[in-house]
Amino acid sequence: MQDTTLLLSLTVLALAGFYAGRGRALALVGGPARGRRLHSLPGYYGMFLAMWCLLPPLTLLLAWSLFEGRVITLMLIEGLPDAQRSMSAGELNLLVNNIQNLAVGDAVSVEIDAVLREASSRYRLLQAESRRLLTVLCLGLATLGAVSAWRRIRPEFRARNRVESTVEFFLLLASSIAVLTTIGIVMSVLFEALRFFQQVSIVDFLFGLNWSPQTAIREDQVGSSGSFGIVPLLTGTLLITVIAMLVAVPVGLMSAIYLAEYSSQKVRAAAKPMLEILAGIPTVVYGFFAALTVAPWVRDAGEAIGLDVASESALAAGLVMGIMIIPLVSSLSDDAIKAVPGDMREGALALGATRSEAMTGVILPAALPGIVGGTLLALSRAIGETMIVVMAAGLAANLTANPFEAVTTVTVQIVTLLVGDQEFDSAKTLAAFALGLVLFVVTMTLNVVGLNFVRRYREQYE
Amino acid sequence: MNDPNVIEPGGVEASADGPGDPGRRSDTVSPRSAVAEQITEFGRIPVGNVRCEDPFIIAENVNAYYGDIHAIRNVTLEIAKSEVIALIGPSGCGKTTFIRCLNRMNDSVEHARVTGRITLDGQDIYERGLDPVVLRARIGMVFQKPNPFPKSVYDNVAYGPRIHGLAADRAELDDIVHGSLERAGLLKEVKDRLDEPGTELSGGQQQRLCIARTIAVNPEVILMDEPCSALDPIATARIEDLIDELAEDYAIVIVTHSMQQAARVSRRVAYFHLGMLVEVDETDRIFTNPQHKLTEDYITGRIG
Repeated sequence: MQDTTLLLSLTVLALAGFYAGRGRALALVGGPARGRRLHSLPGYYGMFLAMWCLLPPLTLLLAWSLFEGRVITLMLIEGLPDAQRSMSAGELNLLVNNIQNLAVGDAVSVEIDAVLREASSRYRLLQAESRRLLTVLCLGLATLGAVSAWRRIRPEFRARNRVESTVEFFLLLASSIAVLTTIGIVMSVLFEALRFFQQVSIVDFLFGLNWSPQTAIREDQVGSSGSFGIVPLLTGTLLITVIAMLVAVPVGLMSAIYLAEYSSQKVRAAAKPMLEILAGIPTVVYGFFAALTVAPWVRDAGEAIGLDVASESALAAGLVMGIMIIPLVSSLSDDAIKAVPGDMREGALALGATRSEAMTGVILPAALPGIVGGTLLALSRAIGETMIVVMAAGLAANLTANPFEAVTTVTVQIVTLLVGDQEFDSAKTLAAFALGLVLFVVTMTLNVVGLNFVRRYREQYE
Repeated sequence: MNDPNVIEPGGVEASADGPGDPGRRSDTVSPRSAVAEQITEFGRIPVGNVRCEDPFIIAENVNAYYGDIHAIRNVTLEIAKSEVIALIGPSGCGKTTFIRCLNRMNDSVEHARVTGRITLDGQDIYERGLDPVVLRARIGMVFQKPNPFPKSVYDNVAYGPRIHGLAADRAELDDIVHGSLERAGLLKEVKDRLDEPGTELSGGQQQRLCIARTIAVNPEVILMDEPCSALDPIATARIEDLIDELAEDYAIVIVTHSMQQAARVSRRVAYFHLGMLVEVDETDRIFTNPQHKLTEDYITGRIG
């Protein structure tokens, strides 16, 4: 049976099971009129039966599709003549591929001989056998589950609790997928970074002042021993981030104050969505805006007053990045200001404070933790931002604090290290993972601190 | 002189179905004229005596609207210097709205509108050009829920004097803060905790801190919006004692849901119903011999 047919028949079985379970529960107490004698609503008995009918075969189906290919391949190799079985792993792999291709009628890279033909017909046989077995097992399990569930239905049976704990299990499963994925990503970054640190010392990496990640591919290549000092990248990141925050924090905070305290409903209703649109612009759009509009403008403006400005400058990237995170700062600050209880504001006004005195003297100090938290979140966003800096900041790892020069950031270097064809065991490629680890640690720390601030501050008024 | 029985029924101008022209400023009504009695669905109101000796605040035909909601309907009431007047009535009857008209707190509510005339010591507080900020320094307000600022006890009390520049130097500010805390009966308890956050005091202490904060700017009137509704009986008793003491120097308008509290602290009581002022009289008379059926129903527990 095809997978879809199997699934369909299982669904039909489960549906039938639902009505059977419901009917049985009602029959046990003597009809719908006396349904109140049941522990749970009749539908729960139906769902209980349907669950038993559906979940075991589905689990089996999942496991089967995970392991089927591997088991069949093993059995295939078992059955090959000794000459083939003693081949190297790579050759064997190729042979198995050819057998499989022949079985489904694809192109085969070698001449078709008797061994191959025999093996491919055996492969087809194994597959058909596996399908048949799966169908029988699934339908059998479904029937078995349905029958055993059917027998357990009694008026006092707590079907509702069973159904709910099953639902709870699936909720847990869904949430653990997110958690496990996070752990998986962290682990993979961590282990690849450890491989990198076997080739490059961690001290050189963290404290080296020179970043030039070109390693020799051939022994006789010259001048590309590679040096992996992360300091120029960190200072570049820091420089751009500082410029971005200098733009975003004052503008964002002031717009938040205006929106929360001074604007009329109408202005607010129009301005809030506009700010959110700003947050919705893809960063790549900001990127070419930075590279094609702001960077030349910064250069021209610099030249006009006699400054030597690079075409790709930290200033241009920082300015645009600042604009990008204005909505973040603004909306988080707005939330923080709005969350200050209104009676605090009224208390200040009732004492004869003007609106701005109430704002600066009472509301902002009360909202400060939330604002700081929001700013930290924006900061980690700025540090992790990639597209704008790739396009506008340049690739030169200059160790400089001059905003008119080109600098590069951690994220930009990760991109350049992994763009194009790479060998995945060279120090150059692995360096990306080490950079990723550094970035991850920094932004995670900022996020944790920022979220803590926000949370502590929320508790204060609840 | 303002016995309600003497008022000419012919003086009735406002009709039962509203305030007439809401934009009209009732300049034609001189502050001490006869009360514009209205005939409403509840009969002729207000009964009792809305006038008083030596009035300090005079509200004449005040109407307040929140958007389309007519929250205060044609209220006329005088409040004397150094008296405690309690506003009672079922929830939503406009007591709080009325006191928020007195210090123009409704200004900051969008769609709120106030018509009529309110004078403080002879000055129209809704006059164009009058700064509500200055007005609010003269009319302090204590809120239902204690709302100390998230600052130290000291800074809470010093906030008002600071923004109004009442103290020339630190020593003077210290005097004001200590004096206000003393008057609010809180100094003994917080003398050693002036640097701690005001939000960490107990509920009753917080409310007295708010009172101290209010009197620190030296107001002439204190409005209290159910100041004890969030407090336990002991803290309530302390606040009530405090109100008694403060009554010597300030006009106090207190909104309360507790009839016992009104009886204990006030000299006069005003009963509001559905935005209308139904009856005003000496506290004793209201509680022993209410003139209006609605008042009687409320104080005997049949409404509310």
